[in-house]
Amino acid sequence: MTDLKDAGLKDAGNPAAHPDVRGGAVISAKDLDLTFQTNDGPVHALKGVSLDIEKGEFVSFIGPSGCGKTTFLRCMADLEQPTGGSITVNGVTAAEARAARAYGYVFQAAGLYPWRTIGGNISLPLEIMGYSRTEQRDRVARVLELVELAGFENKFPWQLSGGMQQRASIARALGFDADILLMDEPFGALDEIVRDHLNEQLLKLWSRTEKTIAFVTHSIPEAVYLSTKIVVMSPRPGRITDVIDSPLPKERPLDIRESPEFLEIAHRVREGLRAGHGDD
Amino acid sequence: MRSIIPVLTVVAVIMAIWYAAAVPMNAPWAYDVAKRADIELTFSDLVAATWSQDKPKLPAPHQVGVELWETTVQKNITSKRSLVYHAWITLSATLMGFGMGTVLGIMLAVGIVYNRVMDMSVMPWVIASQTIPILALAPMIIVVLNAVGISGLLPKAVISMYLSFFPVVVGMVKGLRSPEVMQLDQMHTWHASASQTFWKLRLPASMPYLFTSLKVAMAASLVGAIVGELPTGAISGLGARLLAGSYYGQTIQIWSALVMAAALAAVMVALIGLIQRIVLKRMGMAT
Repeated sequence: MTDLKDAGLKDAGNPAAHPDVRGGAVISAKDLDLTFQTNDGPVHALKGVSLDIEKGEFVSFIGPSGCGKTTFLRCMADLEQPTGGSITVNGVTAAEARAARAYGYVFQAAGLYPWRTIGGNISLPLEIMGYSRTEQRDRVARVLELVELAGFENKFPWQLSGGMQQRASIARALGFDADILLMDEPFGALDEIVRDHLNEQLLKLWSRTEKTIAFVTHSIPEAVYLSTKIVVMSPRPGRITDVIDSPLPKERPLDIRESPEFLEIAHRVREGLRAGHGDD
Repeated sequence: MRSIIPVLTVVAVIMAIWYAAAVPMNAPWAYDVAKRADIELTFSDLVAATWSQDKPKLPAPHQVGVELWETTVQKNITSKRSLVYHAWITLSATLMGFGMGTVLGIMLAVGIVYNRVMDMSVMPWVIASQTIPILALAPMIIVVLNAVGISGLLPKAVISMYLSFFPVVVGMVKGLRSPEVMQLDQMHTWHASASQTFWKLRLPASMPYLFTSLKVAMAASLVGAIVGELPTGAISGLGARLLAGSYYGQTIQIWSALVMAAALAAVMVALIGLIQRIVLKRMGMAT
């Protein structure tokens, strides 16, 4: 296993991608509003959302469909434009942060290109960002090892299982070592056992790379198991109803999910979700 | 081997119908000849007579076969009487028109996909262009191009292009739009430029659509080249053979030109299919 930092993967020439945050928030949203105009009138996807995410945190967003958790993540990624309020990523606007390749984004589907091998898929963003060929090769080898897919470089996506494909898509988001990882229900389409395994791997990867991770999920156990901070959201309008700081230690074996602390947090998340649903 | 048996069965059935049809089609002439010579025709005489006329209404398959053999293998290919020579004249116009049509089609598709104004304005015209009968348009294209001093290969190629760009536009618009929203968002998160998105995502994603379109375009191109040879009084090319054959009642010559055209189309389409298989296999998209 390689440590990204030890491996010298940092590119120091990119200040916006690696800002001197020093205790400041990596992602900071203030009174964020986003209203979609539809034929049935305006839909308030986000209303008055304020949140700070500190460097190195693992933040989960949980809530029912339509609560705006994915929309919020897409605002961080500059894939949606807020209609009110402000959001900064690494101290600059989301658009500037995107231009500086400040984050890697993992979608719900792996979205690998069928005409590229696994290695070719992982080097795709590197090609786009103009890394040299040798650099691309080194980085592909390193991130493949990081997600335990070494040796699959020359396989095509259809030759891999769904879980392996999703790991490859995580590797692809890690290749250009952005400090922030935005993950939109990356394991939502996988079965429980594969999901447990990938959760465990993701935690290891997080502690090894010290990235800041924002993670959208439907699953309460997944959110509690992974996060240092759990953000509970509710719909109509999409808003934050509770922010829970997890007291769980950084080392988390899978059986921590049977511990009373774990169950207590899970209970609080469930209460939060139920309260948000009270008006239905 | 298994796939060849159904094909051969169909061929055999067609041959049988063809031979059978030749008898009643050519019978009146055979009776005429017999009457003038004052001979009574038995059925076997009749069949033999209908299958061996010089200018039959419907030549028998073996007559077309013999004609094909004599005009291809037994003639020098530079000879004006060689069908290979005529086929090459038509094929060169076909290939040139096919190339031009493919380039035009891809360029229009890129414009339609990337430019909203073109999307709204060009597509209806592209469709309208194909509703005009090519037989009416072809003479005008040739006359106009001749008036500006362009003759020979190019006017025929233009008619080929006119027919072949259409399937390429339609297929490529669909192909270039085939990437999912998620894949385009992904490109956005990497801050990819428009040209990077085109070369690395849209174009490779459109390849299966392109090859399907190219097969249709190739067949259309050949029709265009033959049609282009009809109104000009051209003296070479498969179209000229068809026309000359119909002037002089040389039905065997017409049929052999038709068979040649069909064989040409089959070979060209098969060639594109082969390239398609190689390319898609190398791209890991073989089905």
